[in-house]
Amino acid sequence: MVITAAAGSIAAIAGGALPAKTRVWAAVVLTWGSCIAALVGALAVLHTGQSSVLNSSQILPLTGVTMVLDPLGAVFVVVTAVVAIASTLYWLGYASHGLSTRTASAALPLFVTSMLLVPAAGSVATFLVLWELMALASLMLVLVDQRRREETRSAAQWYAVMTHVGAAAILFALVLLSAHAGDQTFAAIRVHAHHLPTAVRNTAFVLAVLGFGSKAGAVPLHVWLPKAHPEAPSPVSALMSGAMVNLGIYGIVLVGDRLLGGGPVWWWLMVTALGVVSALFGALHAATSTDLKRLLAYSTADNMGLVLIGVGASGMFAASGHRAIASIAMVAALLLTVNHAAFKGSLFLSAGSVQVATGTRDLDRLGGLMRRMPITGAVFMVGALSIAALPPFNGFVGEWLLFQSLLHGLPTSSTAVAIAVPVGVAALALTGGLTAVAFVKAIGVGFLGRPRSEEAAAAHEVPRTMQMGAGMLAGLCVVLGLVPVIVLPALGRAAASAVPGAPATTLSGSVDLHLAGLQGVLAPALLAAGLALATGAVIALRQLARRRFTPQPALRRAEPWGSGRELQTARMQYTATSFAEPLERVFDDVVRPDRDLDVSHVSESRYYVEKVTYWTSIGDVIEQNVYRPVISAVHWWGQRARALQNGSVHRYLAYGLVALVVILAVIT
Amino acid sequence: MTGFQNVVAAGLVAGAQIVTVSVGGLLLVGVMRKVRSHLEGRVGPPIHQPLLDVRKLFTKQRMHPEQASWVFGAGPVVLVATAVVVAAISPLATTRPPFGRSADFFAIVFVLLLGSVSLALGALDTGTPFGGMGSSRAMTIGALAEPALLVAILAMSIPAHTSNLPVLVRMGLAHPEMIASPARILALGSFVVIILAESGRLPIDNPSTHLELTMIHEAMVLEYAGPDLGLVTLGESMRLTLLLGLLVNLLVPWGVADRPGAVSIVIGLGALAGKVALAGIAIATFEVFTAKLRLFRVPELLAGGFVLAVLGAVTALVVR
Repeated sequence: MVITAAAGSIAAIAGGALPAKTRVWAAVVLTWGSCIAALVGALAVLHTGQSSVLNSSQILPLTGVTMVLDPLGAVFVVVTAVVAIASTLYWLGYASHGLSTRTASAALPLFVTSMLLVPAAGSVATFLVLWELMALASLMLVLVDQRRREETRSAAQWYAVMTHVGAAAILFALVLLSAHAGDQTFAAIRVHAHHLPTAVRNTAFVLAVLGFGSKAGAVPLHVWLPKAHPEAPSPVSALMSGAMVNLGIYGIVLVGDRLLGGGPVWWWLMVTALGVVSALFGALHAATSTDLKRLLAYSTADNMGLVLIGVGASGMFAASGHRAIASIAMVAALLLTVNHAAFKGSLFLSAGSVQVATGTRDLDRLGGLMRRMPITGAVFMVGALSIAALPPFNGFVGEWLLFQSLLHGLPTSSTAVAIAVPVGVAALALTGGLTAVAFVKAIGVGFLGRPRSEEAAAAHEVPRTMQMGAGMLAGLCVVLGLVPVIVLPALGRAAASAVPGAPATTLSGSVDLHLAGLQGVLAPALLAAGLALATGAVIALRQLARRRFTPQPALRRAEPWGSGRELQTARMQYTATSFAEPLERVFDDVVRPDRDLDVSHVSESRYYVEKVTYWTSIGDVIEQNVYRPVISAVHWWGQRARALQNGSVHRYLAYGLVALVVILAVIT
Repeated sequence: MTGFQNVVAAGLVAGAQIVTVSVGGLLLVGVMRKVRSHLEGRVGPPIHQPLLDVRKLFTKQRMHPEQASWVFGAGPVVLVATAVVVAAISPLATTRPPFGRSADFFAIVFVLLLGSVSLALGALDTGTPFGGMGSSRAMTIGALAEPALLVAILAMSIPAHTSNLPVLVRMGLAHPEMIASPARILALGSFVVIILAESGRLPIDNPSTHLELTMIHEAMVLEYAGPDLGLVTLGESMRLTLLLGLLVNLLVPWGVADRPGAVSIVIGLGALAGKVALAGIAIATFEVFTAKLRLFRVPELLAGGFVLAVLGAVTALVVR
């Protein structure tokens, strides 16, 4: 951990100080050093199951620094480190596109290092300092493009406000706990947690869910996500979506399970409800978005929703005394987090490659990229199939595990849980379906068919380092999909350390995946082998038939059918907007699209149309109906408050005096 | 038996199921067309016509649209491959299929979904309006059918404490009263709606339409020709057969081989063919009397299926 911190800070300084040519390389190499140090430490913790502890009273005044890395935190450290290594590798190629400034090269190592250290924080003060460092570093990175794009500033503003409101809620929750426990280390809070008054426990948990939920992008606290993720440079989006939002989940598990030692069923029903709403809302918006990175951002909200369903289910089962199943649900949630980091990282990175190659993220202007950028296309394809939970990729294993935990937890639980679980399964299913729509749209419109603009037609493959960064994470999707057992024992230990009193090994088997004590087996590698074998057999059959019968060349290319027209143009293709139109109509009440149709006729006759303009846009219902009123209320108060501030020093002195008197009166 | 014999036996069973499903699937389509023709007062093509069609298609030259990438050609291959995998491991003729422990209902649904997604991607790769139209509609209907499907699986799995398909079928054999339980009947009702939606039958999609604008599935496969079209036809008929086969085995499991042995498996295959043919005839008869629903009324039908499934899941919890 010391090496992590040291390498990270040197990287930041190097990134800030060195001349333009060397600074990116220096920052990246040092960040790798930091990541590898963290990775080694975290893997050791995961392997042995023992926490590693570090105390230092010199670094932070008054409180000192306490670092404790337990298996739960170690999982998040590993995820962050892997995503960070891939994203910084990508950064080497991407840097020439506006990410080689001093600010960026200093903030990126800082961001990575703070994310690596947050899960290792062992006391309230340490945690909050690192959390804040992470928020500020990421805010700087979101702002990197602000000179070129107007929207970036507004996105950063949203992000800053949401992340700080969240941080304030976390601050209250943790300070409340440490004040009642009388000590600010997490270990002390854990010991005192059961003697705390119920009201304190409830308040702390609700505040923590709000605060960490806003970081995890849980609906309705997600509004910053579809703004900040698209506007940030792509390696930063990958880091934010693949690593930072996970820490929101970590926070909820930390406070709910680790610090408070679990709680009543309604806590976890609340978390599950939050998860269901996030999953559905995120998936629906992902399915109707036409901006590639906005689509990915909404899908992050959707995936975090699924993780929250897992966390909530784990809490509910633990609250009704079924610790083994609770532990499986927690493993499912952690596996979903790991998977999400792998596929969302690769998707954001390849979306960045598309943006670099074509200059746009608008799906309606893309198309035909599979032939022009084959590697980026294949990487995106792997990520998209994984996120749609299709075998033989990793997303499938995660969702299977979540489904199994819900299925097996169901008959053993109370009425409230018994109603929540089918709803959770339905949400899981609808989310799965909508995600499939969203990503068939993303691949089909973005990468297949004919190019819809000249930029897309002129696209070329991006530099090798960018392909490697994205490809590395896509490779992980395949590996995790084929042999999930390489991570499951570690996740089992992490879940055991998170769910109080749960058995340590819940999953076993090398090829088959068994659930301990339950009837549930999945053999992802066998399934994949079967698919590969069948694919080979089908191709062989086709070739064999051809050999027997046809003398002509094997494949002819021809103009596709156009209802008898000679010429087909790219404009006739379905676009992302038209692809999502049926869904948009079905969910009209939820997405509330704005549509406008303008038909102008030629002057001679009303029967001939000169021009048709169709315009449609989809806003965020929650942003418009919940946040806008709050913002205008704040504005209104701001306007009123201006009257207080007229520039007269005498008046300001009077304010100071009045405030002092009031404070003294309150204290005495 | 030795390990080697086990492997051979497993391979034989899997092969028998795959051949039955692929050949039987094409014959099933022929039977359904024949029934329909008879009820409409026509003679109709012979029952083995789809087999002849596919054989002819395989002899033709492959033809792809100008702009298409490798995804277009991969679509039909993956479609058939997923159907083959499901045919090999599902409890169709026997309750102990090879690798039956991995024949999880949830897993099988997602393997089949991989087939639909690959076909939808192939359709978008054509770069034509019809491909996109079909792909968009098919994916929308698929997405809306998904909740009903998974909750139906949940409802059937709760009493059995597992979502493993062979176990579900075996339990039906051992405890017939479980089949008549309201949970399973409601869930199977919802499963029927889903089968109609997934395999593009009336009232959701008209498999014999010739008007591009009303097509769903046919619009998706409009650009496929020759061997690729042959694979699509084969894959689609296999999927219909598989879904019907699972339905009948969950509803009336009798006839399925519950012990190893060539004779019982042959009986199992025969029983499967008979039951699936009856289900196919029922669907064909139903189709004669039904008109296609407007596209935007389909979600209501699927919502109905979803409600049935949720009711099934809730009764499974109450009645135990």
